[in-house]
Amino acid sequence: MARDNPEQPHLVVIGNGMAGCRAIEEILKRSPGKFRISVFGAEPRVNYNRIMLSPVLAGDKSFDEIVINDQAWYDDNAITLYSGDAVTGIDRAAKTVTAASGLVVDYDTLLIATGSTPFVIPVPGVDLPGVVTFRDMDDVDKMLVAAEGGGRAVVIGGGLLGLEAAHGLCLRGMQVTVVHLMGHLMERQLDEAAGYLLRTELERRGQTILTTAHTAAVIGEAILGEERVSGVALKDGTILPADIVVMAVGIRPDTALAKAAGLETGRGIIVDDHMVTSDPSILAVGECVEHRGACYGLVAPLWDMCHALADGLAETPTGYTGSVTSTKLKVSGIDLFSAGDFSGGEGTEDIVLRDAHRGIYKRLVVADDKLIGAVLYGDTADGNWYFQLLKDGTDIAPLRDNLIFGQAFAGTAHDPSAAVAALSPQAEICGCNGVSKGTICGAIADGATTLDALRKCTKASASCGSCTGLVEQLLVLELGGEYAHAGVKSMCDCTDQTHDDVRKLIRLHGLKTIPAVLQELEWNTPNGCPSCRPALNYYLLCEWPGDYVDDKQSRYINERAHGNIQKDGTFSVVPRMWGGLTSANELRAIADVVDKFNVAVVKVTGGQRLDLFGIKKEDLPAVWADLGAAGMVSGHAYAKALRTVKTCVGSDWCRFGTQDSTGLGVQLEKISWGSNMPHKFKMAVSGCPRNCAEATIKDFGVICVDSGYELHIGGNGGIKVRVTDLLCKVATESEAIEHACAFVQLYREEARYLDRTAPWVERVGLDYIRGVVVDDAEGRAALAARFLYSQQFMQDDPWAARAKGFDADEFATLAAPVLEPAQ
Amino acid sequence: MTAPTPRRWVEICRLSDIPKLGSRVIPGPEGNIAVFRAHRDRLFALDDRCPHKGGPLSQGIVHGDWVACPLHNWQIGLESGEAKAPDKGCTRRHPVKAEGDRIWLWLDFGAVGVDAEDRPTASAQAAA
Ligand code: SRM
Ligand SMILES: Cc1cc2nc3c(=O)[nH]c(=O)nc-3n(C[C@H](O)[C@H](O)[C@H](O)COP(=O)(O)OP(=O)(O)OC[C@H]3O[C@@H](n4cnc5c(N)ncnc54)[C@H](O)[C@@H]3O)c2cc1C
Ligand code: SF4
Ligand code: FES
Repeated sequence: MARDNPEQPHLVVIGNGMAGCRAIEEILKRSPGKFRISVFGAEPRVNYNRIMLSPVLAGDKSFDEIVINDQAWYDDNAITLYSGDAVTGIDRAAKTVTAASGLVVDYDTLLIATGSTPFVIPVPGVDLPGVVTFRDMDDVDKMLVAAEGGGRAVVIGGGLLGLEAAHGLCLRGMQVTVVHLMGHLMERQLDEAAGYLLRTELERRGQTILTTAHTAAVIGEAILGEERVSGVALKDGTILPADIVVMAVGIRPDTALAKAAGLETGRGIIVDDHMVTSDPSILAVGECVEHRGACYGLVAPLWDMCHALADGLAETPTGYTGSVTSTKLKVSGIDLFSAGDFSGGEGTEDIVLRDAHRGIYKRLVVADDKLIGAVLYGDTADGNWYFQLLKDGTDIAPLRDNLIFGQAFAGTAHDPSAAVAALSPQAEICGCNGVSKGTICGAIADGATTLDALRKCTKASASCGSCTGLVEQLLVLELGGEYAHAGVKSMCDCTDQTHDDVRKLIRLHGLKTIPAVLQELEWNTPNGCPSCRPALNYYLLCEWPGDYVDDKQSRYINERAHGNIQKDGTFSVVPRMWGGLTSANELRAIADVVDKFNVAVVKVTGGQRLDLFGIKKEDLPAVWADLGAAGMVSGHAYAKALRTVKTCVGSDWCRFGTQDSTGLGVQLEKISWGSNMPHKFKMAVSGCPRNCAEATIKDFGVICVDSGYELHIGGNGGIKVRVTDLLCKVATESEAIEHACAFVQLYREEARYLDRTAPWVERVGLDYIRGVVVDDAEGRAALAARFLYSQQFMQDDPWAARAKGFDADEFATLAAPVLEPAQ
Repeated sequence: MTAPTPRRWVEICRLSDIPKLGSRVIPGPEGNIAVFRAHRDRLFALDDRCPHKGGPLSQGIVHGDWVACPLHNWQIGLESGEAKAPDKGCTRRHPVKAEGDRIWLWLDFGAVGVDAEDRPTASAQAAA
């Protein structure tokens, strides 16, 4: 009951939540007894700490433990609480509010603190019983009831709220799937790298995380006559069974009452710096307001708002100027912090520290010698320090060199060999000779303190040499300053690791995505550069055939659009002509395409194909559809891949021909087309040593002779011509093919990206290649088998898929804007 | 007779229409405009012409807030439109903004007497 005292003006507060009650506390602190106070709360309970609902759901706290102000507080301060009674209308002229119960109360000053309402995505089925939001204690109760029976939960939304709900439900024994629209979790607080770490950890804990997943509908089924939620349907057709669906996609400031009362509103209720709305008798505070264009969804800004509000009412106005916010995720065992603007951009600079061994990622964004953003994962101890530097706008120039190591660390340098240090003793460092890290470290301890000595006693890095960098890092790790290493060139400015080391570490750590590599191998840029990304994409593709999902954005335009870009932005199209053979049917289809698409030029290429020039990007899928109808596939004339197998006419027609060079060329091309490689790869088969197919300047060349086939490797035309080395001579076609497959696979697995075979063969030496491909029959068979296995996944004609509509966005421009006159 | 000046925001697509670390092309009255979705969903729009020899920047590899021109690998800053030193040159920028998932582009072709202040800032972060 309101305690009537006619001298005291009546302050009525709508909303018994965090901001409403904090505002009362601040007012009581400054001006005790100034107001007679009444509070309306839609929830049937006293004021509690909403952010602790997550620990309640997770079982770490009870409701009693999260109450901020119990009934005694209301009584002691003579506050009338109308709990469980929502205000339904404000009459500004009469200065009264009306509640759901019918109660009408007059006010002198009104404070609106209605918070936010959860946003529910407008898809069919969201009204079904079993679909809940995560905002108040009633929602938590509903989730706890659902979790009693175990079963499955689908949480829609991978932001802070969604993940805290998922964590709680998971701890309560449910099988949880998180459906998130964006490409990585908590995209508003985290960058991709931190999102990746978070995802990995949540998956390790048994949650299923689906990103870039669009919810199409919530589906229900009738159980005992009552229809209840039974699952979630995604746009791609996936159905996720569910006993409960938690909708946690975001919040909207609750402005309904204010709007109905005619107060000025935008996204929230518009307030000035003293939290006064467009009506001087009405104030508003908390998540429901919009201040200088900003709405907030965290508590820290509310505390500042409440200060300014109470100062204003006490007639000692200070004014609220807006807040910089920071976020922490309340999931036990996961340390995550983000603050400020970490989107980066020109004029800003990233300082990145990745310590894969300890699962740490830190990124600081600096502009004009000031810290403007921070993302920390794994070690958030310095979060508050960074946040303070950020809010104060401290000049960080003097701290800069060691800033990333945190407040306590002035002077220690970061150790780039952490990824190697993290490997277990069993990890195989030298694949050629099967030497483990433990063996190498043992040999170093026994006195082998140079690379040569190690090579002699363990054979590590003594064969192809690609693990030299790793072995040297072990020497550095074991011997510290005593070992001066030869300075191997890193892959690019984004990393200290060499190409060879990166490949090895991808294998040893089982890394399967580009973000995983960037994190685990401690890249110092957020998403690499045009030089390392295509290389990583290739290394992953080669290492995990059938498993790795190609990253299109890490491919050069030719490989993305499956044609050669020309200087005017058009593309050229080279259909595959197996071994240089063609037919009337193919030629007719090409002629028709030339007419239909006004192809500017048709040229016979040096690789025995026909090249159609000047095709507009938008027309490519249609051109491919027409060529595909005549049975032609992509010639990969644009790719770091098998290009062409050139042949001569051979024994079928030529008077000197010794074997069916055309037939063998066609077979080789059918086996190897579509294969991605470190660089382009060309083959040729000549029917006799006159060598009309120029097989001795190809990556793999065959010269047919009476007694069989001479196999040649490492040839190159181009800028620096290199004539092939003779690898060996074989008697049969099938041996020639097996050697070709083995050689290609060795090149795929061991050469550095953008190394053609010529420099690679020179680097590792002909003897090494002979040892693996010729002398070791078992090794050869294994290489060939690995090649054929990976080809299962590569021999999908990229043109056919795109002609049918795959990746249509790549080829379509956006619709031109309609330019009718502006009003 | 003067044609009406199309000087205003036009809605062009949804954020999801542009691939991450990628670009889409929109035909403009004075040639193609490339709209980029860079690191952390930052949006930029530039004339789709490299200051070097006119290469279509939309076709390049996007990394951080840069795009590598597909023809000769010049690095163009998405925010300023300028080539990374030692190369010199600049491509015209266009303001672009996101409202929720919707993306808007500012067109002011052939605008006469437009004050610099009238022009919205050149970049915006996609509000998620
Ligand atoms: C079309 C063609 C010329 C022709 O009209 O004959 C051609 C055209 C191009 N060559 Fe070539 N090369 C063509 C046969 C060759 C040959 C001859 C051969 O394959 O027997 C060679 C020497 C043999 C060799 O590769 O060792 C050759 C050595 C090069 C090189 C230098 C390679 C090297 O390692 O030094 C380049 C540059 C590169 O790849 O980085 C190159 C690059 C190019 C590019 C892709 C330049 C580019 O990046 O845009 C040209 C693309 C034109 C287009 O849009 O289609 N082209 N190029 C030939 C296509 C063959 C085919 O049917 O697929
Ligand atoms: C699960 C969860 C976890 C969170 N974790 C964090 C965190 O870790 N860190 C952080 O900073 N923030 C966190 N938040 C956000 C934080 O709780 C909010 O920012 C804060 O509660 C907002 O305070 P408020 O007073 O504006 O709104 P609320 O606390 O929502 O209070 C509004 C009150 O008004 C009542 N109301 C609405 N309309 C009427 C009406 N017409 N009549 C009467 N009463 C009405 C509502 O029932 C509600 O009780 C979390 C939120 C949730 C839900
Ligand atoms: S020789 Fe030079 S100009 Fe001719 S196609 Fe090859 S790369 Fe182009
Ligand atoms: S045209 Fe862009 S780099 Fe040459």
